[in-house]
Amino acid sequence: MILAQSSSSRIASDAVLMTGAIVMVFPFVWMILASLTPQSEIFNGDLLPTPTLHGAIDNYGTALSAIPLLRFMANGIVVCVAILVLQIAIAIPCGYALAKLSFPGRPILLVAVLLGLLVPVQIPTIPIYIALAKSGLLDSYAALVLPWIVSVFAIFLFRQFFVTFPDEVLDAARLDGFSELSIAWRIMLPAAWPAVASFSIFSIVAHWNDLYWPMVVITNPDMMTPSLGIAYFRQAGEGTGNVGALMAGGVLVTAPLVALFLLMQKHFIRGLVLGRH
Amino acid sequence: MILSVPAMLLLVALVIGPAILVLFLSFTNASLGLAGIRFIGLANYTRMLTDPGFAQSLRNTALYVAVVVPTSIGWGLLVALLIARSRFAVLYRTAYFLPVAATLVALATAWEAILHPSLGFANTLLQLLGASPVRFLSDPATAIYALAAIGVWQLVGFNMILFLAGLSTIPEELYEAAAIDGADRGLKRFLLVTWPMLAPVTVFVTVMTIIRAFSVFETVAVLTQGGPMKSTSVVLYTFYQEGFRFFRVGYASAISVSFFVFVTFLSLVQMRVSERRARWKASGGQP
Amino acid sequence: MAALDLHIDDIGKRYGAIDVLRGICLNVAAGEFVTLLGPSGCGKSTLLRIIAGLERADQGHVRAGGRELDAVAPKDRDLAFVFQSYALYPHLSVYDNIAAPLVMRELSSLERLPVIGGLLPGAVLRKRSIRERVGQTSALLKLDALLERRPSALSGGQRQRVALGRAMVRKPKIFLMDEPLANLDAALRIHTRGEIARLHKEMQTTTIFVTHDQAEAAALSDRVAVIFGGELRQVAAPADLYREPVDLDVARFLAQPFLNEVAVAAPMGGALMIGGSRIIIRDALGSGQAGTLAFRPEHATLVDKDQPGALAVCVTRIEHAGMDAHVFVNAEVGAEFVARISAERARPLRDGDNLGLNIDPENAWFFPSSGSRRPGDHSGAA
Repeated sequence: MILAQSSSSRIASDAVLMTGAIVMVFPFVWMILASLTPQSEIFNGDLLPTPTLHGAIDNYGTALSAIPLLRFMANGIVVCVAILVLQIAIAIPCGYALAKLSFPGRPILLVAVLLGLLVPVQIPTIPIYIALAKSGLLDSYAALVLPWIVSVFAIFLFRQFFVTFPDEVLDAARLDGFSELSIAWRIMLPAAWPAVASFSIFSIVAHWNDLYWPMVVITNPDMMTPSLGIAYFRQAGEGTGNVGALMAGGVLVTAPLVALFLLMQKHFIRGLVLGRH
Repeated sequence: MILSVPAMLLLVALVIGPAILVLFLSFTNASLGLAGIRFIGLANYTRMLTDPGFAQSLRNTALYVAVVVPTSIGWGLLVALLIARSRFAVLYRTAYFLPVAATLVALATAWEAILHPSLGFANTLLQLLGASPVRFLSDPATAIYALAAIGVWQLVGFNMILFLAGLSTIPEELYEAAAIDGADRGLKRFLLVTWPMLAPVTVFVTVMTIIRAFSVFETVAVLTQGGPMKSTSVVLYTFYQEGFRFFRVGYASAISVSFFVFVTFLSLVQMRVSERRARWKASGGQP
Repeated sequence: MAALDLHIDDIGKRYGAIDVLRGICLNVAAGEFVTLLGPSGCGKSTLLRIIAGLERADQGHVRAGGRELDAVAPKDRDLAFVFQSYALYPHLSVYDNIAAPLVMRELSSLERLPVIGGLLPGAVLRKRSIRERVGQTSALLKLDALLERRPSALSGGQRQRVALGRAMVRKPKIFLMDEPLANLDAALRIHTRGEIARLHKEMQTTTIFVTHDQAEAAALSDRVAVIFGGELRQVAAPADLYREPVDLDVARFLAQPFLNEVAVAAPMGGALMIGGSRIIIRDALGSGQAGTLAFRPEHATLVDKDQPGALAVCVTRIEHAGMDAHVFVNAEVGAEFVARISAERARPLRDGDNLGLNIDPENAWFFPSSGSRRPGDHSGAA
């Protein structure tokens, strides 16, 4: 990195990177092209699908009418927002208490949170599924949202963020008349804004894209989230299915996240990197 | 204290309680729809070890992991190393990270069409090059590799980002020192400075990638449902089928407990390694 | 403005096995400016935090204006606190920082909401009143031009003034300040010290000020309370403290910058023996213990080496400090002393010069090796 490179090694390295980048982007390109191509023309032996206006109208029309794609996306928005709001509402006060307040049971709670971080998300799903089934909550927003509202990861992340917050500011707030809860909301939440942003992206991406849990608790197409909806309609039209419309659906479902990524790369990457710890 | 009560209760209700319940269920013959459960000791675990179907899904998973882990790590590292000195770094980074950001189910269907056994892009290309078509996802001999390729495609960008973060923490002086010591470029410099300095990140990336590859689910559930001929049935998909399709709750619990033990073991290994490095650094050892 | 008197009665605090504060009693008159002075870790900040209610004492009581405060929440104690780090809310503007104590006290949570709050009739009036008071305070502290800024965009001195403003705005009955000048550079510290003195003069609010800087304590206070190892050693006006330190710790801490000390045997007949010299000082009367004789450099004079009664010394080093000079000498009796003389008189001196040293008996203290002396008490050990 300190020495100027020869131009030949530079070209070689760009060639390697470019080849890989094309592979990375290719499925996106193909998906977009196919979504614009009439169904009958997609597998016509040409290397790439050839878009036409008529094809585009047809595919996106089908995706939005025959497939209840808008419904899936609306479900996805409701579920993601509900999960995120509840996760933050629960994790911020708890993270604050764990970082800055002393109370009996705090060490146990901290250990519980750390243990919780180790548990893969699939582990608790069987008992939760049974409980939801017994209470007749399958095929509902509650089934999609409830299991995720406490995020040990969020609690841990916020706690780590709050630990370094100066104690004197909290003392000042107490003298100024803030209650502990209003300290959590009015001082800690704004202070933790970068962590909240990163966590929000992690959470939204995880639940927008999740297939496993919706597949477990949802069978009614009206309640399906984007991932499950796409999977469901792919299967419904197996083999002879309307690939063009499916690709149009894929474009519509993927576009919000890709747009979010392009707009907020820094937060986005940090959110996902943090989330995998 | 009151601030943490909701979280505490929910943590018990949604994570810790169910996890303990799963452990308990794994020693029973519980089955949804059948009344009454009986304690059957380790029978679920012995069944797991003797069941040829589970052995098959373990083999498939191992094969998947064996392809995805080294390929996505190696590729991710290579990209990170090359990107750091490219003029188009931002462009490349965006391109490689795109698959991580995308909805995998949607892109998996695109991959499926690309890998279509007769008329897909991949086979059209192969035929143009004079090769005979490959049935990718429909051939038991190739299906798991096709899924692994999609897995690699999805993980490269993520590993690249982690390696980039790791590279940015290596002090420039080390490279200068290496240059003075005669390792001023290429492999020599990589082996003397980059690779050892990157070791903790590499351990972390490896553990994360193993866990992620081991948890492969979406592509299997959407594209192959474990087929053809069980050639892509993987552990998590088997767990899903046993638990939520056949409702063999006891058996599925035993699978998930084993999965938990495996993941915990890997996490502990990773923690041990990074702790040792931290101690080494703290004690003044030149990292 | 009404100020309150403050009574601290037998306060004790333990952290684990360590006594941080032991039996502290201190009465502060209404409007008085009292400094808690001591080295770091002596417990002075803990005492201040107990007064504020931020920490709970293990024993003892705090009363203000006749009201018992022990069970009163910090925000209801009618006192304000200025923190060493200023403790400004990082995400709020200067205006909102100063307004925070008023907003939190005077507006309900509904009224604090941005849009809805504006529609409530009572809230509009109260918000106007808050705006007026913040305006007065910011004018007093010359912060008007900075009201829209965030704390991160302010200099140290500006942050300090915002912290003062936040404390002053609700006109508290008692001010507590925890090393508020410690994070400022030297010139600004002296300037701000003057500002605080001026504000106190104007508002006459009872003030407890914590510092480890004796010059700061002397410059600001009506009285100084010196704390060592969790014990209150002495409470006195700055001038008295300088003249009559109660024990060796206090004397050393208030020495600026040097204190001469020499170990001596028990006095006999009201006189101490140093080497061959006899010194009669009032403290030594009637004490039957060995101890330490201490005196300040300014209370030592350098004379000819054969003057009768003087200690024989040899010059080792001379430090010039403007008008004065510190002359370091080795005494034949095996002690090192420092004498402070005018720079003019130090001019002819050279290292190695043999001289005599006289100690001013009126300004020398004898500290018995156990216990303290009592100013004016000639019976020695307590």
